[in-house]
Amino acid sequence: MNKSIIRLENIKRDFVVGDETVHALRGISFTINEGEFVSIMGSSGSGKSTMLNLLGCLDTPTDGEYFLDDVAVSSMNKNQRSTLRNKKIGFVFQSYNLLPKTTAEENVELPLMYNPAYSGKERRAKAIKALDDVGLSDRVNHKSNQMSGGQMQRVAIARALVNDPVLILADEATGNLDTRTAYEIMVLFQELHAKGRTIIFVTHNPELAAFTSRNIVLRDGKVIKDAPNRQIESAKKMLDMLPKQDD
Amino acid sequence: MNIGNLIKISLRALNNNKMRAFLTMLGIIIGVASVITMLAIGQGSKKSIQSQISEMGSNMIMIQPGTGNMGGVRLSGESQQTLKLGDYYALRDKTQYISACSPTVNSSGQFIYQSNNYPCAITGVNSDYLDIRKLSIDEGTVFSKQQIEAAAKVCIVGKTVITNLFTNGEDPLGKVIRFNKIPFTIIGTLNEKGFNSMGMDQDNVVLAPYTTIQKRILAITYIQGIFASASSEANTNKAIAEAENILRTNHKLKPTDADDFNIRSQEEISKMLTSTTDILTILLACIAGISLLVGGIGIMNIMYVSVTERTREIGLRMSIGAKGRDILSQFLIEAILISFTGGIIGVIIGLGASFLIHAVFSWPISVQLYAVLMSFVVCTITGVFFGWYPAKKASELDPIEALRYE
Repeated sequence: MNKSIIRLENIKRDFVVGDETVHALRGISFTINEGEFVSIMGSSGSGKSTMLNLLGCLDTPTDGEYFLDDVAVSSMNKNQRSTLRNKKIGFVFQSYNLLPKTTAEENVELPLMYNPAYSGKERRAKAIKALDDVGLSDRVNHKSNQMSGGQMQRVAIARALVNDPVLILADEATGNLDTRTAYEIMVLFQELHAKGRTIIFVTHNPELAAFTSRNIVLRDGKVIKDAPNRQIESAKKMLDMLPKQDD
Repeated sequence: MNIGNLIKISLRALNNNKMRAFLTMLGIIIGVASVITMLAIGQGSKKSIQSQISEMGSNMIMIQPGTGNMGGVRLSGESQQTLKLGDYYALRDKTQYISACSPTVNSSGQFIYQSNNYPCAITGVNSDYLDIRKLSIDEGTVFSKQQIEAAAKVCIVGKTVITNLFTNGEDPLGKVIRFNKIPFTIIGTLNEKGFNSMGMDQDNVVLAPYTTIQKRILAITYIQGIFASASSEANTNKAIAEAENILRTNHKLKPTDADDFNIRSQEEISKMLTSTTDILTILLACIAGISLLVGGIGIMNIMYVSVTERTREIGLRMSIGAKGRDILSQFLIEAILISFTGGIIGVIIGLGASFLIHAVFSWPISVQLYAVLMSFVVCTITGVFFGWYPAKKASELDPIEALRYE
C-alpha cells in the first residue's frame, strides 16, 4: 500500500555505564507507512526516549538498520544526520523549546535558516503559511514570552511543519498543557494526520493512544504491543464535551 | 549554511541580551579607546619634539675639530686648529650630497649701543648659515658676497639682542653697535624662533661675515666649525660619509689614523630625544593593551556563561538541523560582533578623548592610522581567540544531552 517512511530492522541500542552494559533497546523491528499517526507508549525505563532519539536521527543504533524515507541512517555521520533532520524531521517537544524573546515567525523559520536553499523572502512566506496552518496567523509578530502554553506549542508545531518533513516527531507534546489545551493540540495533530502527515507521538500517557491510528507499546526495550487502532477517538468531540469556560 | 544567515542568527541572539552584550563590549571599548588615546599622546609628544628638531634643521650636519694629543697631553677639540678654510671650500665645491655649507667662528664679548650693553657671542658665518639653521630675515638683508670678501663690519641680530640693546623701541636697522670697540652696522634682523627643546634661546644671536670675525676680531686663519646641510634628510648619512672622506684626504690622514674632527648630525640628537618618548609610548600602549586583554577575557567569560545558559537552545538548533560547525560559527560570530562593535565604539571614543585632551590640556596629540587599524585587527583577533573556546564547547555538545539540560 503506502510508501514506508520508517523501517526498523532488529534495532539494538546499548549504553555502557561504568562496567555495566545497559540494553536500552533489544532488537526492535517495525515499519511505519506514510500517513500513519502512531503513538509509542511505555513506562519510564521502557526505552521510549532511546527510541525517540533514534527515530529522530539524534542517535545511532548499536546494531540493526534504520531507514528513514528509504535512507539508511545507521551508517551516517553527525553532519549527514544534521542535514537529514533538517530536511525530513519536524520535532515537537514537551517544553516547546522556543527561542526566548523571539517572535513566532522568527522561531518558525529557524529550521530554514540552516538550509541554504531558502531565501529570506521564501523563509518568511513559509513561516507565515505554517503559522496559518496551526491557527496562529494573528500571532506572527508576538514574542514567545507573550504567548500562552498552547500558543507556544502551536508555534513549535508550525516550526516542525515549516520544512515539509516526511515525519513529525512529538515528544510528550501535550505533557505541559492543561486538559483543554492538550485536547486542542491533539485536535491539531489529528487535523494534520487527516491532511496526510506522518506523525509519531511518544508519550507515557495511555489515554492519548486513543487518538492515534496505531499504538506501539514498549517494555524493557522490546515491543510488547503493536496494533492498529480501529476506533480512533475524535479529540474535537472530547474538547466539545469539556465544560465550557465562562469567559 | 551561508554566512549571512549565521550573522542574522547571531545578531538576533545578541539582540535578546542587549545589556549583557553592551557590558561585555565595555571592556573592549575601554581597551581600544585607551590604546588609541595613549598612542595619540605618545606619538603627539614625539612629533612635537621632532618638529622642534626639524626647526633647528633636521638635515643639519655639524663638523668640529676633534680632540688632539700633543706629547701625551690630550687637548680639547676647541683648541684645535685642524679645520681650515680649505676644508670649507672643498665641502662647498666637491660634494654631491651637501647642499649648503658655512664655516663658523665665534667670539664672545659685550655689545654696546648708546648707554646699553649686553653680553652675547658673535658668530661669523656666510649667508648659507641662515638656511642651514632655518633662520629667516625679518627686516633688512643678508650679507652679500662683497661684504664677506671685504670683511665688512656688518651684522644681523636676533630678537633677544634687539630687546636688550634697543630699550627705547628704536628701529635697529642701520644702527651701529659696538663689539669690543669695533663698530658693526646692523643690516638685518632675524625672525623670532623661541627656545629649542634643550632650553637654548635661539634668538640670542648676532651673525657677522666669518671673514670679519677671523680678521678683525680673532686674527686667525683657521675656522672653528663647519655647518652644512645634507641635500635631504634621507641623504644625511651619505653626506656625512662624503664629508668624512674629503676631510681625511685634506688632512692627509693615513688609514690607521683617527679622525681629527667630529661630524655630528641632528639625527643623533633627535634619536636621543625621541627614544624617551618612544619608551613612554610603549609603556602607555602596554597598559592599554593589558586593558584590551582584560576586555577579551570578559568576552570569553560571557560567552562561556552564555553557552551554558543556552544549552537547550543549542540542543534545539542541533535537533532542527544545525551542524556542529554552524553552532561554532554562531558563537564565534557573536564574539566577533561584540569585539568588533566594541572596537568601533572604542575608536570613536578614543579619537574623541584624544581631541578632548588636546583641547583641554593642549597636549600635542597625533592620531595614528595604524593604531586605529591595529585596534580593529586586534579586536577581531580577540573575538576569535576568546570566542573560540566557548564556541568549540558549544559545538561539541550532544544534542540529546543538551535538549534534556535543565
